[in-house]
Amino acid sequence: MMTNPTGRLTQGQFSFLPDLTDAEINLQIEYGLRRGYAWSIEYTDDPHPRNTFWEMYGMPMFDLRDAAGVMLELRNCRKTFPHHYIRLVAFDSTRGIESITMSFIVNRPPSEPGFGLQRQEGPGRTLRYTLTPYATARPEGERY
Amino acid sequence: MGAPDYSIPGSVAPRPASEAVSDAAPQSVAGAARTVAAVLAESQVEAVLDELERDLVGLAPVKQRIRDIAALLVIDKLRMNLGLQAETPSLHMSFTGNPGTGKTTVALRMAEILHRLGYVRKGHLVAVTRDDLVGQYIGHTAPKTREVLKKAMGGVLFIDEAYYLYRPENERDYGQEAIEILLQVMENQRDDLVVILAGYKDRMDTFFKSNPGMSSRIAHHLDFPNYSVDELQQIAQRMLAQRHYHFGAGADAVFRDYLERRIRQPHFANARSVRNALDRARLRQASRLFAERERELSQDDLTTLLPADLLGSRVFADTQP
Repeated sequence: MMTNPTGRLTQGQFSFLPDLTDAEINLQIEYGLRRGYAWSIEYTDDPHPRNTFWEMYGMPMFDLRDAAGVMLELRNCRKTFPHHYIRLVAFDSTRGIESITMSFIVNRPPSEPGFGLQRQEGPGRTLRYTLTPYATARPEGERY
Repeated sequence: MGAPDYSIPGSVAPRPASEAVSDAAPQSVAGAARTVAAVLAESQVEAVLDELERDLVGLAPVKQRIRDIAALLVIDKLRMNLGLQAETPSLHMSFTGNPGTGKTTVALRMAEILHRLGYVRKGHLVAVTRDDLVGQYIGHTAPKTREVLKKAMGGVLFIDEAYYLYRPENERDYGQEAIEILLQVMENQRDDLVVILAGYKDRMDTFFKSNPGMSSRIAHHLDFPNYSVDELQQIAQRMLAQRHYHFGAGADAVFRDYLERRIRQPHFANARSVRNALDRARLRQASRLFAERERELSQDDLTTLLPADLLGSRVFADTQP
């Protein structure tokens, strides 16, 4: 399995570590809130690395003071999409930064089949490579 | 969610989830406070209580009740240290009283006290009214209410004029939806936030009567009494001192006369009326000084409110002494 050596999706922070427990997620959220970040929750069932547009679960949460609010939404999201990828995203609104500063996966499907590698022969000896998630062979919502 | 089938160099095998939970539990019994004095010293709640006593005029029953609640929380803390009962007490409160009796001010102090005792994690106060909770069309209310609740988590949610949430005359009013979400969070996430409802006594009574679920989930009903004339005068003195003003000769007695007349009039709003009266007196003082173009004004001139500034009030013209 060259394209999926760990048997799991590795995107964002902490993805080479064992899954974070809720207490650890809580600490990460607290850290972000202390730095003034706005958290939001996103989910998808298309794990392709170039798929940067995940669906938003609710609005980004500005003006929060405590991690309990984010955890409440996260629990709701897990209940709604138990077999999707869910990630937490922190947005830094400081002028001049105004971009995502933290992002990590907090929910995974039970089995992650990984990606298939397709080779396309071009002119001469050129080879073009394409990654296709096995999961996306099925329609949206039935993938995991 | 499967654990990865590789290991990080120098780390032990991933812990099972149950172990992680026990790690997050409150600190062990060893080294925990065993006396009331130790808890008080640790939390510094006494300083807040003293400040409350010093800064707020009157309100004796409210102060007593807050002391009682603080005492209960301290004792609960000691019980918890001995492993007796770990359940968080219900701390939701309702503040009833006439306008200007200090409900918002006390709520702010309450947030501070609860924070010092460790019952809310952040100790901030989010003050909202009906408009912040109830939406304008179907499906608007729930996200709006939830957003406010999320902002208030870790602190205190103060709902001013809470009786507006329930409008019995309109059965399709969205306020009911907000109340239901509120009740659910008040019940299930008691350790995440404390809700304080505030409003006028009679209207809150009807509100609780028509929402028995709300009434039963609120442990502390605090009633704020009206201020007496003496207390109002003390409040006026403090307000003036804060803004670097003082009453000139005779103005004290005139202000007392003013208060006695004003209390009998409708729409008397206790401390708020006092503040407004003083603001208007400042206006009259300003135009009095403004009229004397050539006079050199000393600091005393600029900080003194004379009886004439108070006697200009409409209240003296409209009422008999």
